[in-house]
Amino acid sequence: MEDFSVFDIIGPRMTGPSSSHTAGAVRLAHIARHIAGQDVAEAAFTLYGSFAETGKGHGTDKALVAGVLGMEPDDARIKEAYAVAREKGVIVTVDFSDEPAKHPNTARIVITGTNGQVTEVVGESVGGGNIRISEINGLEVEFSGEYPTLIIQQNDQPGVIAEVSHVLAQLNVNIAFMRVFRHGKGEDAYMTIETDQLVTPEMQAMIRRLCGGINKLFAV
Amino acid sequence: MLLSEAFVSGESLRRYCLENDVPIYEAMIRREEKQSEIPRTEILAEMKKNLDVMRASVERGLNEKVESVSGLSGGEAMRLFKYGKHNPFSGYTACRAAASAMAVVEVNASMGRIVAAPTAGASGILAGALIESARQRGWSDDTLVEGLFTAGAIGLLFAKNATISGAGGGCQAETGVAASMTAAALVEISGGAPVQALDAAAMAMKNVMGLICDPVAGLVECPCIKRNALGAVNAMLCADMALSGVTSLIPFDEVVAAMYAVGKDIRVEYRETARGGLATTPTGKAVAQRVRRMQGE
Repeated sequence: MEDFSVFDIIGPRMTGPSSSHTAGAVRLAHIARHIAGQDVAEAAFTLYGSFAETGKGHGTDKALVAGVLGMEPDDARIKEAYAVAREKGVIVTVDFSDEPAKHPNTARIVITGTNGQVTEVVGESVGGGNIRISEINGLEVEFSGEYPTLIIQQNDQPGVIAEVSHVLAQLNVNIAFMRVFRHGKGEDAYMTIETDQLVTPEMQAMIRRLCGGINKLFAV
Repeated sequence: MLLSEAFVSGESLRRYCLENDVPIYEAMIRREEKQSEIPRTEILAEMKKNLDVMRASVERGLNEKVESVSGLSGGEAMRLFKYGKHNPFSGYTACRAAASAMAVVEVNASMGRIVAAPTAGASGILAGALIESARQRGWSDDTLVEGLFTAGAIGLLFAKNATISGAGGGCQAETGVAASMTAAALVEISGGAPVQALDAAAMAMKNVMGLICDPVAGLVECPCIKRNALGAVNAMLCADMALSGVTSLIPFDEVVAAMYAVGKDIRVEYRETARGGLATTPTGKAVAQRVRRMQGE
């Protein structure tokens, strides 16, 4: 963390009480909503570790609900997130689990979209409102959401990665971090690409059109 | 001294300010401009937004009876503020600043909006001391925004060279750092030199070095709210000392290094885990049990 901004010290503006248990939880669920990529009909949350132990008092459950509804960490309505969910007709369930987790502040978020598609995201709040997404649909991933991030599900075959990075280069988008994951050789594979510039919806469409072997693409 | 080297330590920051004849806040703004590639006017406007939220959180906590989600806290800032009108022992301004600091953390505990400075748990100190001082002395918002950059510079040095998290270094890393940041801001706004601001920051940290983080029920309420009150007064006292010409025998950078070493030595029970200190007193444990029961509801 060499490159602190002054706004990392004086900031963020946030709804209390805790940057890790409240603000981080909002961000986590907000990103899960982006990954689901559709309107949310139903959201089920499981809280682990310290999230489960002190979550209620920190409003972690409300923060997660708020994030799935699209609120940002400084939204004044986080406190009323359950009511907002009811108004919007979104069904939410929260479970405080005793099971151990790798990281103390972990949440599992299962989103059912209005089209019935289910997306499962596991993430951790790592302190100061910063987060890490560690699992999407059972596949281990790793990104922070601090940079604009492309998440691509691709066929595990030669050339896909090269094509995507080539198109990004043509679009003058610089790659900050890039990681590749897969279930097994030739099976379901993901890449996460964190970029310095925003990848606009037009650019995303272009990547989808120009690169073969992409099954799914979403941006957060 | 290059701008890129100014934020290596307190000493390098002092030298940069001396060689370029600028205050600390100016160095901080220049660094932010260079690093973010965002124009100066936008950076200042962003900080003004922080100031607005800080002020709103003080006002809210002093005028509304806020209540925390757990039901453990709320309304005490208001009580102290009212009492402060009648010749308090701590003095009119200090008592009001302490109440203002508590107000912010009470608002935080009630799931209201605050600005982390450097953390949510220590968010009352800078806001409380600055807003109350401005009320007494008629400082403009532009002046206060400059003070926030001074404070940010001090916090940044702690973040880079030590830690600003309770889990990393105990309460000294949160309310201690916030008091250091605030002391430096008060000194610089009052016309003190960078070296005086750094001395004020060093003294504020020295006063609470070793302070553990032992939140009852793991919540940002007890003892956090009252430690913010102390932090605001600690900052104001150290600003007064530095402005009067009192110096810190141990220089700022050595205080930061010592605080970091002490922070690492603090057992994990006393670093935000709620496994020691006030959290494990009989009352602390009973409260924790009550809060945990809420989860089943």
